[in-house]
Amino acid sequence: MKINLQEARERIPQRDIILETTVRLMVPFIQLYGLYVIVHGHYSPGGGFQGGVVLGASVILLALALGLPASKEYLTEGTDIIMANVGALIFTGIAVLCALLGGMFLDYSVLTKILPIDPISWRSHGIFLVEVGVGMGVMTIMVSIYWDMASAGSLDEGL
Amino acid sequence: MKPLALLATLITGALLLYGTADFAAWGDPQSPPNSNISVRFIEEAVKETHVPNIVTAVLGDYRGYDTMFELVVIYCAGMAVMGVLRRREDQ
Amino acid sequence: MEAVAAHFMAKYNYWIYVVLMMIGFYAMIGKSNLVKKLIGMNIFQTAIILFFVSTGAKKGGSIPILDKYAALQGHVDVNQVVNPLPHVLMLTAIVVGVSVTGVALAVMVRIYRKYGTLEEDEILQKIENE
Repeated sequence: MKINLQEARERIPQRDIILETTVRLMVPFIQLYGLYVIVHGHYSPGGGFQGGVVLGASVILLALALGLPASKEYLTEGTDIIMANVGALIFTGIAVLCALLGGMFLDYSVLTKILPIDPISWRSHGIFLVEVGVGMGVMTIMVSIYWDMASAGSLDEGL
Repeated sequence: MKPLALLATLITGALLLYGTADFAAWGDPQSPPNSNISVRFIEEAVKETHVPNIVTAVLGDYRGYDTMFELVVIYCAGMAVMGVLRRREDQ
Repeated sequence: MEAVAAHFMAKYNYWIYVVLMMIGFYAMIGKSNLVKKLIGMNIFQTAIILFFVSTGAKKGGSIPILDKYAALQGHVDVNQVVNPLPHVLMLTAIVVGVSVTGVALAVMVRIYRKYGTLEEDEILQKIENE
């Protein structure tokens, strides 16, 4: 996920050193905050959808400031689509796994047969795993929709 | 066209305002939405799932099916935008 | 006079949301530009979400995030905690609204590419002339 800064700077017609420096400093902190919102869904307002949108917004900020090809070097198209599918499969996979082990669909307490913790604790951990899947899916779909609409389909040159 | 739309809007608005006469008062603890199953959720959710945030507990555990299909909806929206907007190289 | 004022204070939130709904509804059917119709649909949906969330409020209640150890030991007073169920349902509704807006804007980009305009009557004329 590295960006070649010299090439990115030469590709944009109107470069502004303040914008580029500020965005490069801000993006790691925005991503850390997005991860915080996902993980703290149990104890404060937050959860999967909210944190996923904040994470997606950080990549869209990079695309707005350094040009669309730079954000495509940061998060390649292949990684983007693979992460979207993995996020949806985590959710459905856990649900089907619960059904295969003998309980009902999405009944997290029968996962005690795999890892012997207290069934009530498994419900709390099951909710957390499912929110991670949701967060991954939402982040990549937001970035994908932005790429398609800002370049009108061709993904070579943004706004 | 515009006066007809305005008339339809005003008639619909009047009917909806007439329909709010049956609603419970704002902030009533005994209104019908507040008294059937959400009483059980508020009292039992922390004991059964050890999650202090009742909204996350209901969203992830008691109503997990809805959350799964919501993720599928947003995935299908991403695929639909890709399918509508991308062009093949020969077009 | 006090009865009218009491009736107003009990229901005025529903009246405000009905007014917002009708503003969105008029934008959807009265305007002829496609983007304005889409914005009207968004306003309508926002009014519906606010309406649902306001049905769960309780006078004097606080947010539905409890103290874990206090809730595990003691009894939870139902009248002090706001109803969490409309919040949950409206999270799904917001995400569905975002998806519909995204797909509608993508279809509008294709319509503009093909017909060159986004006004509804001009598009109908161009379809009839083909």
